[in-house]
Amino acid sequence: MSDATPDLSAYLGGDRGPYRSWDAVNRPMIRHWCEALGDDNPIYHDADAARAAGFDGIVAPPTMLQAWTMRGYREARPPGSDTSDPFEVLVALEELGYPAVVAVNCEQEYTQYVGEGDTLYHRSTIESISEQKSTALGVGFFVTELSTYYNQRDEVVGTMRFRVFKFAPHARDEAAAPVEAGSAPPAVRRMRPVRNEDTRFFWEGVEAGELRVQRCGGCQTLRHPPSSACPHCQSLEWTPQRVSGRGTVYSFVTMHYPEIPPFDYPNLIALVELEEGTRLVSNLVGVSRHDVRIGMPVQVEFAEVEPGFQLHQFRPLEGC
Amino acid sequence: MNELTLNAVKVGDTLPELVIDITPRLIVGAAIATRDYQNVHHDKAGAQALGSPDIFMNILTTNGLVGRYVTDWAGPRARLGKVAIKLGAPNYPGDTMTFRGEVLEVDSGSGRVVLDIKGKNSMGYHVTGSVELTLAQEAAA
Repeated sequence: MSDATPDLSAYLGGDRGPYRSWDAVNRPMIRHWCEALGDDNPIYHDADAARAAGFDGIVAPPTMLQAWTMRGYREARPPGSDTSDPFEVLVALEELGYPAVVAVNCEQEYTQYVGEGDTLYHRSTIESISEQKSTALGVGFFVTELSTYYNQRDEVVGTMRFRVFKFAPHARDEAAAPVEAGSAPPAVRRMRPVRNEDTRFFWEGVEAGELRVQRCGGCQTLRHPPSSACPHCQSLEWTPQRVSGRGTVYSFVTMHYPEIPPFDYPNLIALVELEEGTRLVSNLVGVSRHDVRIGMPVQVEFAEVEPGFQLHQFRPLEGC
Repeated sequence: MNELTLNAVKVGDTLPELVIDITPRLIVGAAIATRDYQNVHHDKAGAQALGSPDIFMNILTTNGLVGRYVTDWAGPRARLGKVAIKLGAPNYPGDTMTFRGEVLEVDSGSGRVVLDIKGKNSMGYHVTGSVELTLAQEAAA
């Protein structure tokens, strides 16, 4: 990677093409694609179903657009195609010391479905090259190619914006983070709760399918989360008490961003007021965030959220 | 096959989950069906030489699976207008990817519907994005 930011403006824009397709849109290629992707939409194989949907005959899956003009096994384009590389800027960046590439976005728009016998080609332009950016992966450039797909009548059938990040990876501290070649990255797991003298009863309850809270040995007040001393009378005496697990939504929040694995988003989190009188934070399941209401009656349940890890969560009571 | 009409869809509706088993068969079969012969999609040793733990799913397949997920739900008369995806954690063999989706916008005049789509594997989101489609106003005669 050079110290000075390279001038890449010469690679911007342009109009390359045509990049032609080896084959007209045809049933066998559509069928192979649908078989592999498990797509049973009848308009891709049944002419009657396609006509019922408003087409003249079977159509290709629109998301197959890019496949038609791919170079294929021999990495060669059909006669009559532009022989230049539409992503020449990536070759240039490689020579400037940005060897790695990762695709980050693909945006396809379809202006018309293509059918059997249509012959496609595409033209290409480099729509944008970002300033030099530093990301978690490394330092480099976001490059966006805009491809426009045409049929044999030179009508636009769709467009595709394909954005890649061409970068020099950050130097890794091999000693600090040894990465065994070929080892799969570990699945991200939920953090496991800390168990100590104050909290063990709670997690043992969860494992037993019981919701337990502390009852103060002095003033008899229930409390949660677990603590050593009663916040009301400062007594250090307490006993665990099993509670019904019935309660109401006292408050809730929907986490949208940032999306951190392994949680599902939007992530619905409620503060539940138990009927025995204390509150606890938990996930809310079985309800859309649009339908949650303050005061909604809920009931605890226990789910194995990961193999070997049971967690409490709340679900709205039936009929509410 | 399911057949959705516009009046049956409202903002906040969720699509049924679709779980995809990520097998070498799917990765290789779909890479070839999309005419993508890059070795990282069929050759484990080749993929490892480039620093990847295994072969992984190509983008054309991900894009196609997103389209399939949406039309599985919307039915044969739905017209896809736009599929815009952002790529994240790769799909390696042995993993599973779960698709979820939600209706973000419904335009009752034009029939245009916008969906939020997410496909998640064991490492996090493989794909996130939005899909625009047009639904029929009324059921087929």
